[in-house]
Amino acid sequence: MSSNVIPLSSILAKRPDRAVDAKPAGGCSSSSCGSSKGQGEMPDHVWNKIKDHPCYSEEAHHYFARMHVAVAPACNIQCNYCNRKYDCSNESRPGVTSERMTPEQAARKVVAVANKVPQLSVLGIAGPGDSMFDALKTFETFRQVEKLLPDLKFCVSTNGLALPDHVDRLADHNIDHVTVTINMVDPEIGTAIYPWIYFKGKRYTGLDASKILHERQMESLERLKGKDILVKVNSVMIPGVNDAHLMEVNAAIKERGAFLHNVMPLISDPAHGTHFGLTGQRGPTPSELKTLQDQLAGGANLMRHCRQCRADAVGMLGEDLSQDFTMDKIGDEVVYDPEPRRLYREVVERERADHRQAAEVARADLAATIPAAPAKLVAIATKGGGRINQHFGHASEFQVYEVDAAGVRFVGHRKVENYCQGGWGDEDVLEDKVIPILAGLDAVFVSKIGSCPKKDLARAGIAAVDAYPFEYIETAIASWYAETFGVAEQDFA
Amino acid sequence: MAMKINASQCSACGACEFECPNAAISMKGDAYAIKASACTECDGDEPKCTAVCPVDGCIVKA
Repeated sequence: MSSNVIPLSSILAKRPDRAVDAKPAGGCSSSSCGSSKGQGEMPDHVWNKIKDHPCYSEEAHHYFARMHVAVAPACNIQCNYCNRKYDCSNESRPGVTSERMTPEQAARKVVAVANKVPQLSVLGIAGPGDSMFDALKTFETFRQVEKLLPDLKFCVSTNGLALPDHVDRLADHNIDHVTVTINMVDPEIGTAIYPWIYFKGKRYTGLDASKILHERQMESLERLKGKDILVKVNSVMIPGVNDAHLMEVNAAIKERGAFLHNVMPLISDPAHGTHFGLTGQRGPTPSELKTLQDQLAGGANLMRHCRQCRADAVGMLGEDLSQDFTMDKIGDEVVYDPEPRRLYREVVERERADHRQAAEVARADLAATIPAAPAKLVAIATKGGGRINQHFGHASEFQVYEVDAAGVRFVGHRKVENYCQGGWGDEDVLEDKVIPILAGLDAVFVSKIGSCPKKDLARAGIAAVDAYPFEYIETAIASWYAETFGVAEQDFA
Repeated sequence: MAMKINASQCSACGACEFECPNAAISMKGDAYAIKASACTECDGDEPKCTAVCPVDGCIVKA
């Protein structure tokens, strides 16, 4: 596992060569430049609650790790995109887990992970069933963990049906945010997504089921707002079912105080045995997803870095160490050592301030490029820390940024098959599995890349850029863009 | 007169154990099982275990 865990040294790598000027770029206050990297337009009380949460804050996802414990297997609704009988350690998607555990086991696992992964900032309960239907186990887990790690933040993910009954209890714990999955605000549309629900001792189907679910979801949002708990809403984008409707969902949830809306693509591989998988319902293409996300961008803040991770995921977003922390690898007695996490937090505080300054400088550089130059899409190989610090062949996902004179914007990520196995690059994997995924990008930034893959990428119209190893992502992209499109003539008159 | 869990279909989520008004359901090996002597089939209502079970055909009349 050591190759996966990010050592402190990797985020403290080489300093940028250029002098970093602390002064903000002229005329452009940090609240109006449209970058979702940092606080942006978020009010202070919201930002303080999410700034260390990798799933909520795009900036935090470079620095902090989350873990999920699968203590809540029971669910009270059936969704057409979910089949909880299916379990495979190679699968990475919500609702899937390899190991179910008791609250006592979960507490031991949290300690074992916190000792090895100092980036850990959040413990989430996301199932594999519903955290609020299986609430007894969820709350018992919180009780046991907060005795050992009082500073760890908790979060839960739920469909909202049982949530209104538990809001008061949630507020008693170290919970700043709750995720509610809402796929519709029109029960007619709900009938195509939810075949049944189980509510107050009875199974409901058809329109009745969706009506109850909808009313309870809206009540959940209002009650959470009343307790000052931040709400993120997840929506699964299902083409032809709710894709056009998600604009209405966005408006409805924003009106009820949700601060973040996460639109995720439907996963419907027939091999998973879900209703949608078996009936041939397709998921959206990456461009359909991006088009919808762009349309929604004016509503509740959108997040684009969601990795739709497993109910037992461990580590930084985009990596999963869950197989390194199965219960058989965790001893019966584990003792928590708070020192690594405390040190890590100190380092990250300094590093983040530094990173923000570098991003300001990059923004100023870009503002000086030709305004009419075309926007470019680039991919970044990174192990975290907001830096270009991964070898091309070692990347199993690339973060994608868009750049033009207005700035550098994170737009999403693309997962690829790891083509470099044990020092040897597999040409077939590169040709068939990696390059097609990167199609449409203008450049790939890596810490290092071999000459063969570099040529192969060039043939596909993608420039491999290895001139900025260990630089901050924004600094490297801005320098490259400014070199490509020159600097606009400045008018000093 | 009792309900029965088809062990090969059971996903062991535990929802039925939680809902059973007679505490007739418990974990047995890799799956849940219903103690027939305690089960009343919910006295004529729809059995709660069948209503909450996520797998069609998993909990049936014995």
